[in-house]
Amino acid sequence: MSAFEGHGAAVRIEDCGKTFADGTRALEAATLDIARGETLVLLGPSGCGKTTMLRIIAGLELPDDGGKVLFDGNDMTSVPIERRNVGMVFQSYALFPNMSVAENIGYGLKIRGVSKGERAARVAELVSLTNITGLENRRIDQLSGGQRQRVALARAVAIRPGILLLDEPLTALDAALRDRLRGELNRLLRSLGITTIYVTHDQAEAMELGDRIVVMRKGAIAQIGTPRDIYFTPRNRFVAEFIGAANIIECPVENGQLVLAGGRQPIRSGVNLAIAVAMIRPETIEIVEAGAAPLSGVVESVSFTGDRLRIAVVGVSDRPLNVDAPNNVKVAPGERVGLRVAPKAVRLLPLED
Amino acid sequence: MSNKSFVWSCLLPLAVVTAAFFLLPMARLVITGAGGPQGFSGYLAILVEPRYRATLVNTVLLAAATTVVTLLVATIAGMFLQRHRFPGRAVLVAMLTFPLAFPGVVVGFMIILLAGRQGLIGDLSARLFGEKLVFAYSIYGLFFGYLYFSIPRVILTIMAAVQKLDIGLEEAARSLGASPWAVQRDVVLPALAPAFVASGAIAFATAMGAFGTAFTLATNIDVLPMLIYTEFTLAANFATAAALSVGLGVITWFILMLARSFSGSAVAAAG
Repeated sequence: MSAFEGHGAAVRIEDCGKTFADGTRALEAATLDIARGETLVLLGPSGCGKTTMLRIIAGLELPDDGGKVLFDGNDMTSVPIERRNVGMVFQSYALFPNMSVAENIGYGLKIRGVSKGERAARVAELVSLTNITGLENRRIDQLSGGQRQRVALARAVAIRPGILLLDEPLTALDAALRDRLRGELNRLLRSLGITTIYVTHDQAEAMELGDRIVVMRKGAIAQIGTPRDIYFTPRNRFVAEFIGAANIIECPVENGQLVLAGGRQPIRSGVNLAIAVAMIRPETIEIVEAGAAPLSGVVESVSFTGDRLRIAVVGVSDRPLNVDAPNNVKVAPGERVGLRVAPKAVRLLPLED
Repeated sequence: MSNKSFVWSCLLPLAVVTAAFFLLPMARLVITGAGGPQGFSGYLAILVEPRYRATLVNTVLLAAATTVVTLLVATIAGMFLQRHRFPGRAVLVAMLTFPLAFPGVVVGFMIILLAGRQGLIGDLSARLFGEKLVFAYSIYGLFFGYLYFSIPRVILTIMAAVQKLDIGLEEAARSLGASPWAVQRDVVLPALAPAFVASGAIAFATAMGAFGTAFTLATNIDVLPMLIYTEFTLAANFATAAALSVGLGVITWFILMLARSFSGSAVAAAG
């Protein structure tokens, strides 16, 4: 974990669970280490407990008894948020409507008793860092969504926090702006090198921004790993389906081959199983001449998405198989095709629910 | 009929009502006010004549005190009631709005029962200190009466405003290091400013002009509505009564304008 040479605080949460007053269990007791300077993404569908975990780290929620939050080894569990020195960006941005852009950014410094001159200098620095020069004296209701997002980020970073916490900071924006700001945010986080915890339900965001991703489901951690780990070696069916597109096939395995209606597909290990759950990513399937591969099926539909073709093939397994092919492949619905899949591209997942 | 003339014809009833029930009586009132022996300088008498001036100052001070104390009590109570859930909360909120159902006469009667000669407070103080505390028939009694019916209105407005308050704003301020006091000062109170102005204006205008309570408590309390009443019915001094009425309206309107422009930046910012 010491591969990160950034600054800020290292975070450890120990046995942190959360049960709300009405008895709802929002988070199962979880333990997690976040290295100094690392960007950790909490990823999952709504209601998975990711925001609760963020709020526990922030100090906006207390963990259930026995849970502990440590910053650089110091127990912060009972320290309120105002004394944790965390920078936080909210989904709604929560910018103060009674203050100008500059006053918003400088608020944390003002509270800390930083002199006016020093404050102005720091605000100017952040305004240029987040590309909002010229907006300093605007009122908040005169800003666009993207500009508000930048002000919120500048305000959170202005206090030189030990940890930066971002709660779905791009969700409120439209798709095109979101993509652009994602790249910008990534560069900014890298250049700051500060410990960052980022909550999102968008897997593309998680992939691009995270050093590591924590995939969460129903209040529990489903898997922790680098974006590559999570994508290539998902530990269970939920992670496989939540991250990227995946064909999930249930079938028997004989002598290291998936037994399918469309043929037999070799896998890496030579096991025999009465029933197995296998994952094949759409981009690992190659369309070849019928008969040139062990698997074959009939093209049901072809959709052109510009950079590639998304092809649905029936007759291979009980559900249509999705294939991502290069955009120069010539296939038509109704055509019989062969499907070539490398044995290592087939991943067996544990049987569950 | 063109679209435009249709719209104008729809506005006709409004124009008639405005003219009949607002413009004409107002104009008549202004003219009557100038119809005394002094002509238009009868208006000046409101400010120059010591008795009128003292009453005017009294009334404004009473209304201002009512507004300030109402806002103070209602803000704290409203915020608590909106932010906390406890058994009996719904009943309590319903009970708090109960005074809205009473006319000023009943409120005045209740103040007499509380602080009058046979009142609860008098009995209690007589037993404790040997002296009967009676303040129902004075401007203090009136003050409590106004508080009684101003607080519910203001609490309801404040509660609605608190409900709309983004809790994220407070959390953001705290994350930046603001203490609970600083959060109230820098975030919560500025966000509630429009509600303060709106509900404070109602409290102020009510306290300036309410008549029923004052009339029930005593006829010799020096507030403008009582003065208008005595000039009009007892002294049959139409001109002065009209001039005082116009003065009451103008002064109330002027102070409300002042409050609005004073908090104008806050209102616009919270827009």
